[in-house]
Amino acid sequence: MGWHDRLSLSDLTFAMITSLLFILFAGLAIGCALAVVAQRNPLYSAISLIGVFISLSSLYLMLAAPFIAAVQIIVYAGAIMVLVVFVIMLLDLEVEERRHPRLAYLVPVAIGFAAVLIAEVAFVLKSVPLPKVHPPGPADVGLTASIGVGLFTKYLLPFEITSILLLMALVGAMTLARRTPLLAAVGHRLVTGSKLPPAAAAEAETTPKSDERN
Amino acid sequence: MDWNNPLIHTVVVIVGITVAFLSIMLLVAFTVLAERRVLGFIQGRLGPNRVGYFGVLQPFADFIKTMMKEDLVPDQSTKFVFLLAPTVAVITAIMAIIVYPFGPTVWLPFIGSFPLVIARFDVALLYVLGVTSVGVYGIALAGWSSNNKYSLMGGLRSSAQLISYELALGMALIGVILMSGSLDIYTIVEQQSGAYGMNWNVFYQPVGFIIYLIAAIAETNRVPFDLPEAETELVAGFHTEYSSIKFLLFFNAEYINMITVSMLASSLFLGGWNGPGVSVFPWLGLVYFAAKILFFIFLYIWLRGTLPRFRFDQLMNFGWKFLMPLALINIFLTATVQAFGGDLIALIKSWFA
Repeated sequence: MGWHDRLSLSDLTFAMITSLLFILFAGLAIGCALAVVAQRNPLYSAISLIGVFISLSSLYLMLAAPFIAAVQIIVYAGAIMVLVVFVIMLLDLEVEERRHPRLAYLVPVAIGFAAVLIAEVAFVLKSVPLPKVHPPGPADVGLTASIGVGLFTKYLLPFEITSILLLMALVGAMTLARRTPLLAAVGHRLVTGSKLPPAAAAEAETTPKSDERN
Repeated sequence: MDWNNPLIHTVVVIVGITVAFLSIMLLVAFTVLAERRVLGFIQGRLGPNRVGYFGVLQPFADFIKTMMKEDLVPDQSTKFVFLLAPTVAVITAIMAIIVYPFGPTVWLPFIGSFPLVIARFDVALLYVLGVTSVGVYGIALAGWSSNNKYSLMGGLRSSAQLISYELALGMALIGVILMSGSLDIYTIVEQQSGAYGMNWNVFYQPVGFIIYLIAAIAETNRVPFDLPEAETELVAGFHTEYSSIKFLLFFNAEYINMITVSMLASSLFLGGWNGPGVSVFPWLGLVYFAAKILFFIFLYIWLRGTLPRFRFDQLMNFGWKFLMPLALINIFLTATVQAFGGDLIALIKSWFA
């Protein structure tokens, strides 16, 4: 029996294409991630970060998790990064200046720690045998329906707790951003417990904001 | 023919993408012509009718003329982003077309039977929403990189508008998703066949359909939601500084977006390729699908010829304070009926028994 009896040529081609795509997207992700930190222009950093998210989403897609891939694009690239780009555009940030680092003596320390960490990773990779590739799970593992069933049966409690956490963040953000003095006063009283009159509380709310703007 | 062979599959997909791309581009060209002609008739004039029969060649003449223009790049602009923006706009616009089913399973001599869809996957609807949400960058970055206050204001307005109406749009789709139990557009279209067209989702989700239609018009920056390009305030909005082929790309992106939201509307609400006689002659599905898209395009042009423009605060209030709550109520009602509808009907029947 030749090898092609057990492993058909199309399987080999498939494996080759998959690894090529993996190298492409993984390289793209790493390159974009490096660009995020290396770029001096904040908007270029943001665009690179979008590139990271899109490459990551492609990797999820190759891991047979289309739902996660789509959500990655919608939530991170489509919502969060839009806000970041908005802020950069509205604040009109200048290109970052190259300054002399104030804590320069920490640089060799950082390099030392990084070397130790890399050595540890190399040691672990060398000493511990790599686990065999997991056999593919049930065919519906990454699909929307199975994720929905999981979320609303086994993981219902964490799901609900997360939603309450998000709701709290939402309400908190709205309370902070609200300009009406009354609500600000109520919020101030709820947070600090002090019984300032609404006008004074509103003043206390707005004063630091105007400082920030200057 | 062996469809599972990866080589054949790849070739088929590439052929499908090419055909779909060329058809969409032709459709864009003739939509532009149709827009000018129909607007002309609405406004009591003729519109372009000189180049070719009925002005059929006008879009190509316009194309050549625009290509011949000088390609200006503002001196103070951010060059890379200035070039990136129109590319992003047109790529994200065209990427959405691969998931739409253009017709049912058809048969061709020498090739065999195959479905008229380029890619079928589990999260097709999420894919469309994701690609659309990335499209915001094209406009926002164009406005920012031009280094022009009109462009910046246009870009900001446009992005704010897109983000606001994307929510209503997504929520209008949830009603359909709840009813069909799938995110795969092909499955959703198949579920609407039969029953003489009474299975179309528009009859079960009328509110969702209206919300989707309004939000889709706002998403594509068309009248009455064309605030980003309000000429009297913003010159030409985010593409003020763009000329020649880069302007053409933005122009194309807008019209491709029009076509893709029309495709989504007809697939999800109007039964896609479903119509009389499709089960006997599957190729008719292509005709019905095209007819539904053309109906929506005509609706777009009709609205442009009829309605005045919103003010920006009206636009925001309408989106956030009217469409969003309405969409939420629609989701709530749909979910309730889906969960308890059968019990409710049984209860009412028991009263009369």
